Amino acid sequence: MAYSDKVLDHYKNPRNVGSLAKDDPNVGTGLVGAPECGDVMKLQMKINPETEVIEDAKFKTFGCGSAIASSSLATEWIKGKTLEEALTIKNTEIVKELNLPPVKIHCSVLAEDAIKAAIADYKGKQSVSTAEGATVASATAD
Amino acid sequence: MAVKLPVYMDNHATTPVDPRVLEVMLPYFTNQFGNAASRNHSFGWQAEQGVDTAREQVAALINATPKEIIFTSGATESDNLAIKGVAEMYREKGNHIITAVTEHKAVLDTCKRLEKHGCQVTYLPVSKEGLIDLDELRATITDKTVLITIMYANNEIGVLQPIEEIGKIAKEKKVLFHTDAVQAAGKVPFDVQKMNVDLASITAHKMYGPKGVGALYVRRRNPRVQLSAIIDGGGHERGMRSGTLNVPGIVGFGAACEVAQKEMPAEMERLRGLRDRLHQGITSRLDEIYPNGSMEHRLPHNLNVSFAYVEGESLLMGINDIAVSSGSACTSASLEPSYVLKALGVGEDLAHTSIRFGLGRFNTEEEVDYVVDRLAETVSRLRELSPLYEMAKEGVDVSAMQWNTD
Ligand SMILES: Cc1ncc(COP(=O)(O)O)c(C=O)c1O
Ligand code: FES
Repeated sequence: MAYSDKVLDHYKNPRNVGSLAKDDPNVGTGLVGAPECGDVMKLQMKINPETEVIEDAKFKTFGCGSAIASSSLATEWIKGKTLEEALTIKNTEIVKELNLPPVKIHCSVLAEDAIKAAIADYKGKQSVSTAEGATVASATAD
Repeated sequence: MAVKLPVYMDNHATTPVDPRVLEVMLPYFTNQFGNAASRNHSFGWQAEQGVDTAREQVAALINATPKEIIFTSGATESDNLAIKGVAEMYREKGNHIITAVTEHKAVLDTCKRLEKHGCQVTYLPVSKEGLIDLDELRATITDKTVLITIMYANNEIGVLQPIEEIGKIAKEKKVLFHTDAVQAAGKVPFDVQKMNVDLASITAHKMYGPKGVGALYVRRRNPRVQLSAIIDGGGHERGMRSGTLNVPGIVGFGAACEVAQKEMPAEMERLRGLRDRLHQGITSRLDEIYPNGSMEHRLPHNLNVSFAYVEGESLLMGINDIAVSSGSACTSASLEPSYVLKALGVGEDLAHTSIRFGLGRFNTEEEVDYVVDRLAETVSRLRELSPLYEMAKEGVDVSAMQWNTD
């Protein structure tokens, strides 16, 4: 199969490869896929809790070149966006940007899922930390 | 010496035509273009002469007699003819066929079709090494068994089945034995007499001959095997395979067999050396490399290894000036990893990372060294990109992880 220049570019020079501290309350981690279906994607974002702006993003992907390119592109796109804006990113936009053929559409779906999973993880952490804050507060009130 | 790119190391898929073979073929496209079935002029005689010589050369390679060679369009047709031909001809005797799960699709899908037409097929499992169990084979044979069809060498992992032992069992139980010898013929010794083989499929394009021509060996004595034809027409090839003979192709097939027979001992040694150099080169530069299938019972020119944590298609993309193939799901149209590796019990995580190397007559030591360099570089780079590698280094057992796949 021939790859588009954009897929090749992301494959050769992937943007934002790496990991963020997953225990940081301001970091959301999305780990999606399954080795059984070939692909595993880890996408992380560091969020400014005041503004909800994604200040940094990193990924690691086990999958085909299109999956690597999709996740690389996703990290590029989400950086600087608010969580709300990031949630509107659709896999079809990734397909269009990277010129993915039909058999590779699921690789872009994975990237969209990874963004959503990372945001859900962050939000989960935030509600836990506020809940913890509340317990602490009530404890001191006693 | 600089390596000429791209490097071809996918000789199980097909091989280039040897220049010596091409040279013999060329006149049959131009001056000697006759139909081998034309009995009354020199064009026909010349063509027939070419086919006769080729039949002798093919027969000699496998220790058969020329009359036992039926030319076909390739091994897919040979496999179909052998299995369907026996199933139909021996229907009165029984309807049971024994094969193995790691066979080529030309065998498996033929068996599947026959199941729809009333045949019973046993698909023998294989061990981690890729080998069938002979006791299990023996125990599976019933008085309804008409055919055992087990390949000689596997096209993905190069594992060699114990053909001689299978032949013995088949003979003792009076069951016909067909072998798909496509990957073995011309590469390792193959003797239909010594191995008690009754039918064998071979093809020219895997042994430096042209595409679109193959043969089915059909034993004529002890026992005399009979077949129902699957292609009817002018009664060529003793009625077993009608159709005007592909004379240039057949002539090339014969020449390829002759070269292969002559050069086999030296070529086996040389390719084994290159294969071992490739394997050692890879394992000395990278950790977590897992060979698939027996390294002992194996074609000397095959290597199939899993590069843990690096998905096969992304690896192929990184080494795009090297032609090899992968058992990964992403490279297959069905998005399923290799059924052969699955049958060996290779975990899906490792199956996705497998690469098949098929060394051939025209590969050099320089090419092997180049491939090792490119692999070491690319695998290391992709492992840095792999969440599975990271998890493994953190001590997470990736194969035991529960995934949320909704
Ligand atoms: C083991 C095996 N059997 C059968 C075939 C089919 O051969 P052909 O391409 O001549 O139809 C192949 C090659 O693809 C093969 O490797
Ligand atoms: S990850 Fe398998 S096809 Fe993209």
